[in-house]
Amino acid sequence: MKFTFGAILGVCSALVVNQASAESAIIYDLGGKFDKSFNESAHNGALRYGEASGNSFSEFELQSEAQREQALRRFAQRGHNPIITAGFSFQSVLEVVADDFPDTNFVAIDTVVDRPNVRSVVFREHEGSYLVGILAAMASESGTIGFVGGMDIPFIRRFSCGYVLGARSVNPDVDVIQNMTGTTAAAWNDPVRGGELTKTQISEGADVVYHAAGGTGRGVLQAADDAGILGIGVDSNQNYLHPGSVLTSMVKLVDEAVFAAMSDGDAGGEFSTGIVSLGVDNGGVSYSLDEHNADLISDEMKAAVSAAEAAIVSGDLEVHDFMTTTSCPAS
Amino acid sequence: MEAESEKAWHHDAEPALKLKGISKSFGPVKANVDIDLSVAKGAIHGIVGENGAGKSTLMSILYGFYKADKGEIFIDGKQIEIPDSNTAIAAGIGMVFQHFKLVENFTVLENIILGVESGGLLAPSLDQARKTLAELADEYELQVDPEAKIEDLSVGAQQRLEILKALYRKANILILDEPTGVLTPTEADHLFRILRNLKEQGKSIILITHKLREIMDATDTVSVMRRGEMTDTVATKDTSPEGLAELMVGRKVLLKVDKAPANPGKNILSVRNLNVTDGQGVARLKGIDLDIRAGEILGIAGVADNGQSELLQVLGGMRTAEGTIALNGKEIDLSLGDQGRSRRQIGISHVPEDRHRMGMIMSFSAWENSVFGYHNEPEYSRPLGLANQIAIQNTSRNEFERYDIRPRNIDLTATFFSGGNQQKVVIAREVERNPDLLLIGQPTRGVDIGAIEFIHKQIVKLRDQGKAILLVSVELEEILSLSDRVAVMFEGTISGERVTSETDVNDLGLLMAGMGEATT
Amino acid sequence: MNSNIPKWVDIGLIPGLNLLIAFALAGIGVLVVGESPYRALTILLQGALGSSYGIGYTLFYATSFVFTGLAVAVAAHAGHFNIGGEGQAGVGGIGVALICLSFLGDSHWLLVFPIAVLAAVAFGVAWAFVPAYLQARRGSHIVITTIMFNFIAAALLVYLLVNVLKVEGTLAPESRRFGEGARIPQMNEVGSWFGLQLASTPWNISFFVAVAACVFTWLLIWKSKLGYEMRAFGASAEAAVYAGISPFKITMVAMTISGAMAGMMALNTVMGESQRLILDAVQGAGFVGIAVALMGRSHPVGIFLAAVLFGILFQGGAELAFEMPAINRDLIVMIQGLVILFTGALENMIRWPISSFFDFRATAKEAAQ
Repeated sequence: MKFTFGAILGVCSALVVNQASAESAIIYDLGGKFDKSFNESAHNGALRYGEASGNSFSEFELQSEAQREQALRRFAQRGHNPIITAGFSFQSVLEVVADDFPDTNFVAIDTVVDRPNVRSVVFREHEGSYLVGILAAMASESGTIGFVGGMDIPFIRRFSCGYVLGARSVNPDVDVIQNMTGTTAAAWNDPVRGGELTKTQISEGADVVYHAAGGTGRGVLQAADDAGILGIGVDSNQNYLHPGSVLTSMVKLVDEAVFAAMSDGDAGGEFSTGIVSLGVDNGGVSYSLDEHNADLISDEMKAAVSAAEAAIVSGDLEVHDFMTTTSCPAS
Repeated sequence: MEAESEKAWHHDAEPALKLKGISKSFGPVKANVDIDLSVAKGAIHGIVGENGAGKSTLMSILYGFYKADKGEIFIDGKQIEIPDSNTAIAAGIGMVFQHFKLVENFTVLENIILGVESGGLLAPSLDQARKTLAELADEYELQVDPEAKIEDLSVGAQQRLEILKALYRKANILILDEPTGVLTPTEADHLFRILRNLKEQGKSIILITHKLREIMDATDTVSVMRRGEMTDTVATKDTSPEGLAELMVGRKVLLKVDKAPANPGKNILSVRNLNVTDGQGVARLKGIDLDIRAGEILGIAGVADNGQSELLQVLGGMRTAEGTIALNGKEIDLSLGDQGRSRRQIGISHVPEDRHRMGMIMSFSAWENSVFGYHNEPEYSRPLGLANQIAIQNTSRNEFERYDIRPRNIDLTATFFSGGNQQKVVIAREVERNPDLLLIGQPTRGVDIGAIEFIHKQIVKLRDQGKAILLVSVELEEILSLSDRVAVMFEGTISGERVTSETDVNDLGLLMAGMGEATT
Repeated sequence: MNSNIPKWVDIGLIPGLNLLIAFALAGIGVLVVGESPYRALTILLQGALGSSYGIGYTLFYATSFVFTGLAVAVAAHAGHFNIGGEGQAGVGGIGVALICLSFLGDSHWLLVFPIAVLAAVAFGVAWAFVPAYLQARRGSHIVITTIMFNFIAAALLVYLLVNVLKVEGTLAPESRRFGEGARIPQMNEVGSWFGLQLASTPWNISFFVAVAACVFTWLLIWKSKLGYEMRAFGASAEAAVYAGISPFKITMVAMTISGAMAGMMALNTVMGESQRLILDAVQGAGFVGIAVALMGRSHPVGIFLAAVLFGILFQGGAELAFEMPAINRDLIVMIQGLVILFTGALENMIRWPISSFFDFRATAKEAAQ
């Protein structure tokens, strides 16, 4: 499942070779670097880079929105290079700051910032969600599956839309119950509410529940385990959290993206800018299969997913991206 | 002095209670200064003094609420320390507070044993209490139904229960703090009979009251406190109300209100069929009819909470009601809103019953309180909704001068003034508006004797200027000495009306208990 | 019985001591993670006040806190606990954004800013109005209803940013950037008009609005008849009715002014800083405002000082996180929490021994005379 960054360099629209020797820096979004989800994955990538290279790096956890721009400028003024921002909320701020520091390289993860000194790393979450959707529909005995999102924003719709499309591709009659956790920042870290929503979905017949809700998802997976049904993890491989009751996880290799960005920014590396789009074709998103869920995934299911993967890579199947139309053909 | 007086009326060798040199300060305030007190066995000892004279502090020290800075306490000749109320109870001291300390939804028996239950089971304690209670009831005329819930008891019965509680805890010294404030005259008589019975059984009783009449009737000896000091202790038979009042205030006081006969003019206020129902659906006023004429004081007598407060509140615009009220022949809008303001505009001033909760804002300075309710008058306004603070302060300063309000500092917060001076601020404010009708509730509650005299004079002066005055008071003496006519309220109705010169305490007492008209 | 405490002790010494205790305890926390508390404090103060850059950020945060602190204080004077500053400011932000995103956004800030102020006020007031009405007419407790309205405001913001104001093709739920005309001057620009060299920070001219709001509040509460009625009602509702003050009117007016104050907070972040509407434009200032009002004793001067203190904690705390990686943001939140605890909640803890001391001194003095 590992992807090589070298392969991706080919897709870059612009190539800037920049022999930076400064210390790299990373800014985590409001959830904090120990959110068991996206930020933590980025943090792990940075740690891995530190161990592998022996180089140090700086990091900063946002406490408020106002610090977004402040932290970016601080790191840029101090000469950090490259500066990595984890989270789609950096887009607007980065567009301004990148112009003000043309000699500094920036990395935007999860969003596209069209500036010559920015590498934008985006994941095609809809493709990965499509794959776990197939698995969910095939594993479901009741014909009803669930989805718990963090907040009702387009980014999360991208997950749910791919999930529904994948499920419908193998069982057109499958019912998908969708819930969002909340409307404030707390929605990303509310396991109790996540558990409650999951129990409600179970009472309505769901027997597989996929979450895209950060820390809230821990409650989703816990409730699924308690009720003896299946959960599906997200972002990093969460199969190990409840072995035997996590069907699979939709894995985004955020840590790889951070690791690669820091390595490329090294004295010996070559830093490229432009859009890096990670999907099923280059292994940036995938479904996880390990000893914890080997018994849950039948050969038939594997075959169905492999067929879908092949179709995506070949271009025969284009999974609809919610962001392109801000609507979903399936509901 | 001390030794001499002891010889004079203490037949027993050791007094039941003896205090020597008790002093207590709160910061710069000296609440008790070098107090000596001696109460003989089988005696009723009165303590009188104005508000803030230090009576409550002294009793609190005795009951273990405060620790004295210095001084000694002897019970039956033995010196003891009283660090808390349990020790006081163990030493045989019982206390009946002004505000009863009873659990409302418990029965009489449950209240009796509260805090002195023995063992893990309730039943044995209850049986024990039932027996003791029956004995005590026979002995002292202290009948209370042991199974009744507190909320169903009359105020008099609740007080008897407090006394029973103390006796059940084997009290030999009983302290009563202003015990008659909430009682009808009949109930008060009953209380004093009980106290005399207790005295005959050798109990010692300390009676704290500001009613000089009660001191004269009930006590054997009396001590007077003034500004934290015990100024004198005398045998009751050797003194008079006037003498006690002089000792309390430090100068001669006129106890009788000096007033000419009323000269009533045209009708100012007429109330017809006034009804009030409270939030719980309980009828508070039932078909009240009243008239007050110019140059006349109508007194409303009655035990507290029989509808007097509601009557004042409706007239003052604080409460809505059904019926009609007309001032100078013009009907008043009884709906609710900011009616307090429009009442003032048509000439009704209101000195409320509870100046702490209504009449003043205790956290405001005195000058801010001097226009409370009149702050929207044009003379106190400046453009843009600002207040004309200079004008307000001038008004306040004027009133302080004319009503002799002390300390003479309008910037002080209301809490810093004594009860009498606070009341003067309120009365000055309301009287100076030159109203047609003055509503005045409990004008001298918590007010020292010196100020009472002044306040009474002001009320009579206003009457003589041809104003109509509605006076509500639970102090019968005050009603009798000020009013030209008396109406008695009982359970939301007017149980009878009298011309003051043709009635007396006994007559009114019956009306207050709701049985007047039937017997006359 | 605090009559013996001199005023300087009341408003200077006691808060100062409280702050000292809070910092001492926080210092222990810093020691535990293996850093020097002295260096940490130096970084914190240097970072917040040591440069025009630090001061700019400090006062930028303080501006938000002044608005929300005043919002809490105005309601508190009338006896109401407006816990809905967060929601009122959030909705105020919608008002500001709608003006800035309209055709006005392409004109000049001198035109846009006054209109945006009115919009912030109108939207903040609208959000405070319903809880106020429910309290005044139906007796629904304002603490509960304002909390509920915080949630409704959050939901409304999400809906607007996802469905109405969102920019096509972006993931983040936020509006587009405002036009040049809707950009209000930051203080470094204002400084340059007068030849002052200031670092570029989000500190902007809404700071002046905040100062004006302080003056307005002082006039309102202590100099106007309305403020007099509000304080009377807050001290004793029964007495207010006695004096002919309508509880309905006072509740509505107090909450209206309170909501207006909270709404104006959005000027600082939406128009002065982010230049677009984002989900978390309020940045928790609604709740910090409660602590600020508590610490500032609901007096405008106190609120201003408390707001600056919290600005120092926020900006200095960020610097601390930059300079001392061992001090993570949880430790910084702990330091901020200790300050709130000691200056707000446990205020009486230190007041009691001090007032006893002054009582004792007064007694001793009198005894000596």
